[in-house]
Amino acid sequence: MFESILFYTLAAFILGFGVLVVTARNTVHCVVFLVANFLCVAMIYVMLGAEFLAIIQVLVYAGGIVVLYLFVVMLVNLKRGPDAAPDRRRQSRVGFVLAAVMLAEISAILVYSAARPASAVAAAAATPLQTVGNTEVVGMLLYTDYLIPFEVASMLLLVAMIGAILLAKKEI
Amino acid sequence: MLTSYVPIFIFIVIAAAFAAFTIVFARLVSAQKPNAIKLEPYECGIEAAGDARDRYSIRYYLIAMLFVIFDVETVFMFPWAVSLGKLAVFGLIEMLLFLFILVVGYFYAWRKGALEWQL
Repeated sequence: MFESILFYTLAAFILGFGVLVVTARNTVHCVVFLVANFLCVAMIYVMLGAEFLAIIQVLVYAGGIVVLYLFVVMLVNLKRGPDAAPDRRRQSRVGFVLAAVMLAEISAILVYSAARPASAVAAAAATPLQTVGNTEVVGMLLYTDYLIPFEVASMLLLVAMIGAILLAKKEI
Repeated sequence: MLTSYVPIFIFIVIAAAFAAFTIVFARLVSAQKPNAIKLEPYECGIEAAGDARDRYSIRYYLIAMLFVIFDVETVFMFPWAVSLGKLAVFGLIEMLLFLFILVVGYFYAWRKGALEWQL
């Protein structure tokens, strides 16, 4: 009961901040709303018992990634809003198609979860994470079952680093 | 298990309430006689020139990008450090491989002078 109230409150906040991110006129305000959005998502992670992920969400996303977003906002000069009037009709058409896709997705999820027996879903959701520390479970899984993705992640980071240097340095 | 977060929740509520109380109370009690100089962002010091939303040098972006990459690298080390006792030598070799790949990038950044603040 209490958890569902908390969940729906958080979900409402996440949706609200998400709408504010795309509607705010000032781009820096958008980024600030994005931070609030990330913090609410971190609280959802805490509710799911994924404390490690919640801390990482706050440290890396709300702390690090958003700084990058701010720099990008500052790098491109967005002092004025896009005053070249966008094609309203085309926008509404694209919006209609996207909304239809979203509706199809949600109804597919509803149908699928209704077809599946509820007990199987509950059994899949109730993983015994709380017996050992959350971080330790993550560590054991990441460094045994998901070893290859972990090593691939290092390659990804390397590519990101070299790419950033190549793009941003004046002379290599 | 969510009940263990009740103290944190109380703490957040008290912090928010104190901030709101301070702002509202100051607004109620204080005498307000604004004039042009008082309403400036900085009442003393150099006068503000130009817009705050100016374009930044790309070097800040480069530093921020490198920071995020090494940040993520450190994040991977937390679960590794916690479960290293069980992973033993295998885990150590894994992490050394991971770090080796990233050290290549670190030396690349170093050699290319991305860590220096040249003008």
